[in-house]
Amino acid sequence: MALSRLSLRSNGFLKPAATALPSAIRRHVSTDSSPITIETAVPFTAHLCDAPSRSVETSSEEILAFFRDMARMRRMEIAADSLYKAKLIRGFCHLYDGQEALAVGMEAAITRKDAIITSYRDHCTFVGRGGELVDAFSELMGRKRGCSNGKGGSMHFYKKDASFYGGHGIVGAQIPLGCGLAFAQKYSKEENVTFVLYGDGAANQGQLFEALNIAALWDLPAILVCENNHYGMGTATWRSAKSPAYFKRGDYVPGLKVDGMDALAVKQACKFAKEHALKNGPIILEMDTYRYHGHSMSDPGSTYRTRDEISGVRQVRDPIERVRKLLLSHDIATEKELKDMEKEVRKEVDDAVAQAKESPVPEPSELFTNMYVKDCGVESFGADRKDLKVTLP
Amino acid sequence: MAALLGRLCRKLVFPGTTHGAKRLSTSACESDTVKSLNLYSAINQALHIALETDPRSYVFGEDVGFGGVFRCTTGLAERFGKNRVFNTPLCEQGIVGFGIGLAAMGNRAIVEIQFADYIYPAFDQIVNEAAKFRYRSGNQFNCGGLTIRAPYGAVGHGGHYHSQSPEAFFCHVPGIKVVIPRSPREAKGLLLSCIRDPNPVVFFEPKWLYRQAVEEVPEHDYMIPLSEAEVIKEGNDITLVGWGAQLTIMEQACLDAEKEGISCELIDLKTLLPWDKETVEASVKKTGRLLISHEAPVTGGFGAEISATILERCFLKLEAPVSRVCGLDTPFPLVFEPFYMPTKNKILDAIKSTVNY
Repeated sequence: MALSRLSLRSNGFLKPAATALPSAIRRHVSTDSSPITIETAVPFTAHLCDAPSRSVETSSEEILAFFRDMARMRRMEIAADSLYKAKLIRGFCHLYDGQEALAVGMEAAITRKDAIITSYRDHCTFVGRGGELVDAFSELMGRKRGCSNGKGGSMHFYKKDASFYGGHGIVGAQIPLGCGLAFAQKYSKEENVTFVLYGDGAANQGQLFEALNIAALWDLPAILVCENNHYGMGTATWRSAKSPAYFKRGDYVPGLKVDGMDALAVKQACKFAKEHALKNGPIILEMDTYRYHGHSMSDPGSTYRTRDEISGVRQVRDPIERVRKLLLSHDIATEKELKDMEKEVRKEVDDAVAQAKESPVPEPSELFTNMYVKDCGVESFGADRKDLKVTLP
Repeated sequence: MAALLGRLCRKLVFPGTTHGAKRLSTSACESDTVKSLNLYSAINQALHIALETDPRSYVFGEDVGFGGVFRCTTGLAERFGKNRVFNTPLCEQGIVGFGIGLAAMGNRAIVEIQFADYIYPAFDQIVNEAAKFRYRSGNQFNCGGLTIRAPYGAVGHGGHYHSQSPEAFFCHVPGIKVVIPRSPREAKGLLLSCIRDPNPVVFFEPKWLYRQAVEEVPEHDYMIPLSEAEVIKEGNDITLVGWGAQLTIMEQACLDAEKEGISCELIDLKTLLPWDKETVEASVKKTGRLLISHEAPVTGGFGAEISATILERCFLKLEAPVSRVCGLDTPFPLVFEPFYMPTKNKILDAIKSTVNY
């Protein structure tokens, strides 16, 4: 797989051959934030704008953080898979493994005041926004400790203090919502933007085009990110879209096509998009990515694509492996250190799962809360009609 | 539960002939072969027959090509070709609008909406276009060939967006029909009737029963008439009206009530719009009590319409207020589903309090 080219830019220090570096001279893994520039493997393709440079400014610290965060997300999704099969998670569970680079790359380019709104495939986006693993697992299992108090489930993770406006079950419904968020941000003049994430399936929804028109008309700081994982559940993009160049479908709205499996490319694109949106209004980012699991846990994911395809992508384009190779080739960490990191992450996830299992389910009275502000007098009876269960004020 | 379902289903193979019970309008069913099928297989068979008998019929929707998420469309694309059975992009409004257009040209468009919870983007097309096309064109045009199929109802763990029962919204729209089957045998016959009915129909399939309900289904082409309710269990003390998967729960409640000496009459409405008022009226005039049960929230649910109509027609014969045992007035919850649902005990309790009023 094509490795990125490296040019070291710190005090003219020339990097010696990768394999010969004695451990005494090698930089300590986690504290170096001196800048490194790395070229993305694939160039950006632009529509109605100038593509950003392929050279991404980053640092060892950042790349290492990418690795750790993606490893954590990957482990979380795998753990969710096991929990679902053990029937501790019920309902619908849509996993993000394979797409982690998008969540971490985006976070590296923006602040917690920029808003993110996404679809039902939201576990990793939530964690990227600073969500705790234990809150995620609790919510998945429908427990009180969950980020939505156990009332939302897998598809409805939210985090208000990190401007994460959540996961949405209905496909495409979050797009006009996201443009509304951007509208409010424009009013507040705080130079924040909204990233509106949707998939290649949702790209065919009418509400996307309605929202795009409004966003472009009113110059809203909205960045529409199409997470193109090539399958709208069971339908491949070539079968559902006349034009699968999703970054061009905004027509009059500029767009950029990005290698979504490369966290650095994602970071560069999001940084570029944020600057663009604040000056010129909406822009579309098409992230070329892939999901290893099926659409949800009820979908084996192999009736509409071959297992060879899935393992091929895993071998050639896996986002975590890509970052691992970067870290190794630039001597930012050794194999052992990375493996240890993965072990730590695994333990972190296992602990979070254990903690989440301890949390109780919400109280039955929660069934009626949070519908209205002053609730509406609904009465509900238990099995015995004379036993009044709940009346809301 | 499965055993009870089986009993409920098997009873229907030999419909009773006494007061209120309707015969299935089909050719001699006793001599034809039957096969034990579950709900999705019965629907699949109906679709095969529909496409076979009318070369201008089409099945389309999201992911129907490989058989659909519930396998209802298995084998159709292979047998009839990709020109007649095809996947659409993910756009319900577009799909239904497209179906209306296809039907307006005299074709039978059998549209699948993947879950009833997703039908709302298409609501405008259904209400404003499909329901009014014939009316506003003075009968020059119509989209009678349109049938919209959608899985509805609770499934045990579906949460907010895979469990909804939106039938009440559609029952409020003159110009379309709303049909809900209770079992595999009913589903096949009703679906074929809906497809061949010269009006646009919305057909809700109880997803809980796709695999759970198994019944002897005749293999031939047969239709069950629309707008005819069926008395599936006779009784004298109270009339229960329901549709779809809820009937199984109601039947369990009826059996329990019988142990306490209450004789219940259970009616499957089948078609909600236009509904068979005469059958329900006749039954309530006999028993003097009515209980309606549905999964959808109680306020504004279809039970309200039934209750109001029966009150108008049977006021002096009623011994007790009409009882409605329905879903709670909340969004369909995640972990709280057991509290939300109109369970057997809630129904049994309501039966007793109505009878003892």
